[in-house]
Amino acid sequence: MSDHDHDHDHPHEPIAGDGLPAAARAQALEELLVEKGVVSRTEVREEIDWLVSRSPADGARLVARAWVDPEFKRRLLDDAREAALELGLDPGPSPVVMAVENTETVHHMVVCTLCSCYPRAMLGPPPDWYKSLPYRSRAVSDPRRVLREFGVELDEDVELRVLDSTANVRYLVVPRRPEGTEGLGEEQLAALVTRDSMIGVSRPAVPA
Amino acid sequence: MDRAVHDRGGWPTDAPIDRSEHELADWELLTDALVHVLAGKGLMNVDELRRGIESMPPDEYEQASYYERWLSSIETILAEKGVLAPGELDARLTG
Amino acid sequence: MTYQVGQRVRIAARDHEGHHRTPAYVKGKSGRIERRHGAFKNPETRAYGGDGLPQQELYLVGFDASDLWPGASGDRVEVDIYEHWLEAE
Repeated sequence: MSDHDHDHDHPHEPIAGDGLPAAARAQALEELLVEKGVVSRTEVREEIDWLVSRSPADGARLVARAWVDPEFKRRLLDDAREAALELGLDPGPSPVVMAVENTETVHHMVVCTLCSCYPRAMLGPPPDWYKSLPYRSRAVSDPRRVLREFGVELDEDVELRVLDSTANVRYLVVPRRPEGTEGLGEEQLAALVTRDSMIGVSRPAVPA
Repeated sequence: MDRAVHDRGGWPTDAPIDRSEHELADWELLTDALVHVLAGKGLMNVDELRRGIESMPPDEYEQASYYERWLSSIETILAEKGVLAPGELDARLTG
Repeated sequence: MTYQVGQRVRIAARDHEGHHRTPAYVKGKSGRIERRHGAFKNPETRAYGGDGLPQQELYLVGFDASDLWPGASGDRVEVDIYEHWLEAE
């Protein structure tokens, strides 16, 4: 764990385990389960391969297509899983993935206060802060301040909707298309769509 | 209204949101993968995973890292189902 | 009972021993049905080896932040809640 001042009394939440005890435990667990024939190493490796194959690039493709094609956007908002399949993407095992659209008057932000539910197949693994106790606590009770910490100031006349993914639905935010991008192609647009803008704590990048 | 330790929405805190990120360690990927493989075999579903995590003593929950919680839950659930014998994993580590 | 989009509902103010997916901060609070997601297996029984049947209808329920937190602004918090936690207003 990093050194820092202990002048506060909230519990320290390690970002990663101390490493050694948990690593040894996980490895021993796998060994045992493989020996017992409960799982095979191949199955585990294949699953790891799938996990590391996930990144925000797939989510960004959905957003970029929605920006250039209003009919696709309508289908995306109606059924994100089907829209992903339409683009040849893998929406993953979540029963329901739902895309929500930011507009001139509404901004969405996603959290899972109870654990860490996240549209992983479309965005890759969630960042540590998304899973952290402070985010899970304050995203619902003080979201504008959280947004400010992420560098986003919303106008007073924009409604902020915080989505708490408590059940089977995983939420993906379709951020607003930045100004000055009219001339860009889909691939260039996708490059502007950041992971954080699809969680709702940030806006997309602007063209250089 | 009672509130369990994992039920964090609106939990009073002044703790800053630490935005530093770390790439998942091999053991963390392994733990994640084990849960998915076990789920595929009907040995542990996502609700059991969560329940196992929520059953941790509160101070352990707060001090554990994310995947340490998953690991703890796998052990709880698999021991419950008799897939792991009591103390078997500890014995493997110290043996 | 099935709820309709736009309908006002109250979340049951129930203490529940064991696994459930209704956060404490909405228990006893009033909100509005924003969306119906369809039926899903009940996590409260699946978490203990049960089959999660009968399935429960899942709803996206929207709340005014000012109804949830004293002094909050005009923003909204939307939460997925299972039907058996809802009461008609």
